[in-house]
Amino acid sequence: MSTDDGIHVLIPTPLRGFTGGEARVDVHGGTVGEALEALAVKFPGLGERLHDEDGQLRRFVNVFVNGQNVRDIAGTATELSPGDEIGIIPAMAGGDAS
Amino acid sequence: MKNSELSTQFALPRTGIGIDADFGDSAVEASAARMRAVEESAVVQSIGETPLVRLRRLEAHWRLPDSIELYLKLEWVNPGGSIKDRTALSIIRAGITDGSLTPGRTLIDATSGNTGIAYAMLGAALGIPVTLVVPESASDERKRTLTAYGAEVIFSDPYEGSDGAIRLVREIAAAGTDRFFYADQYNNPANILAHTRTTGPEIWRQTEGKLTHFVAALGTTGTLMGAGSFLKTRGHVTLVGVQPAEAFHGIEGLKHLPTAIVPGIFNPALPDRIVGIDTENAFAAARALARVEGFFAGSSTGANLAAAAGLVVELARQGEPARIVMIGCDAGSRYLTTGLWDAN
Ligand SMILES: Cc1ncc(COP(=O)(O)O)c(C=O)c1O
Repeated sequence: MSTDDGIHVLIPTPLRGFTGGEARVDVHGGTVGEALEALAVKFPGLGERLHDEDGQLRRFVNVFVNGQNVRDIAGTATELSPGDEIGIIPAMAGGDAS
Repeated sequence: MKNSELSTQFALPRTGIGIDADFGDSAVEASAARMRAVEESAVVQSIGETPLVRLRRLEAHWRLPDSIELYLKLEWVNPGGSIKDRTALSIIRAGITDGSLTPGRTLIDATSGNTGIAYAMLGAALGIPVTLVVPESASDERKRTLTAYGAEVIFSDPYEGSDGAIRLVREIAAAGTDRFFYADQYNNPANILAHTRTTGPEIWRQTEGKLTHFVAALGTTGTLMGAGSFLKTRGHVTLVGVQPAEAFHGIEGLKHLPTAIVPGIFNPALPDRIVGIDTENAFAAARALARVEGFFAGSSTGANLAAAAGLVVELARQGEPARIVMIGCDAGSRYLTTGLWDAN
């Protein structure tokens, strides 16, 4: 289901239970925040894993845009262009046996 | 001394020196000589016999009744900075004794960091080449510590976590059985033995056998299996295993057993209970330990504290006296570039 104008999101194993096992999914969004929001809408339950009650990224969650940590850029306001790749990685993932 | 001489003197050795030297004719003699070299190592002699301290300020902070006491075993005092020094040493000893770790072989394993640091340190001290498979998502401090000791580091897919490292090391080790000693900490009984022989007896002696609960976070599960089984043979000790509450977590070194590759050394019948802890609560407990008690520990120690915090609420309500021993797995300085110490 890959589209050229979408944002590609790389999903770590412990979150693939929410994406039907997919390691890479596509969403739309002009910023990291919008893309993560779209991801949360598309895959119910996933948003709560990434954000705390105040809507902030949980402190152990690292989000990368084209390999760069968004905390070192503009956080969730970091702008995206079609075709960009977002990666989500916990400080250390526990993994999945499947 | 001139600068040029100094730089030769401090030039880094390219290959291991030490127990790789030629020690004798027969394999038995050679292995005995290698074991002597291990026992004579200053690094080896610095492992274990760590302090057990009472957390009186935390007891007061949590308003615990006098009948409930908290103790922490300070494993970051080990020369490699974590409890995993014991594991790595035990695995290396077993490999030398059973002849699988012969001179020239490279020790290889998958590690989330601490065991890798322990292997790398012992490899440098004993002249054993070390190759480690580490998820690329491991903290920078850990990765840089490994290379400082001279270990070779292979990164596994950061999206696959520690299980990805396990799958990759299995492939590499299987393709080079004649070159590698696959330490396999998740399935090696020497991991358990490390704690049956050292951690468990130390705790028993340090508490004069008067502990009621033992709390240990679960990674390979070696600490809980080893120290726990020892303590159970000595007295009525309740064993509490601590795991992340969810598959997606940030407590480095720990496994969420329902979704992870379950370590071969794990015996589910041994723990009396297994508690799930949220990453945020583990982080908060580690921060409280630093602020209230002045001990700077990592997130898995925080998870142990958070588990104990839940336990004492129950025990206090029931009016049960308790002496709870927790493992202080590693130091907070290992997490300076992670979210653990972010302000607020
Ligand atoms: C920081 C930390 N805490 C706890 C553990 C768990 O110890 P064990 O592997 O003995 O279960 C580990 C080991 O992987 C670790 O690195």
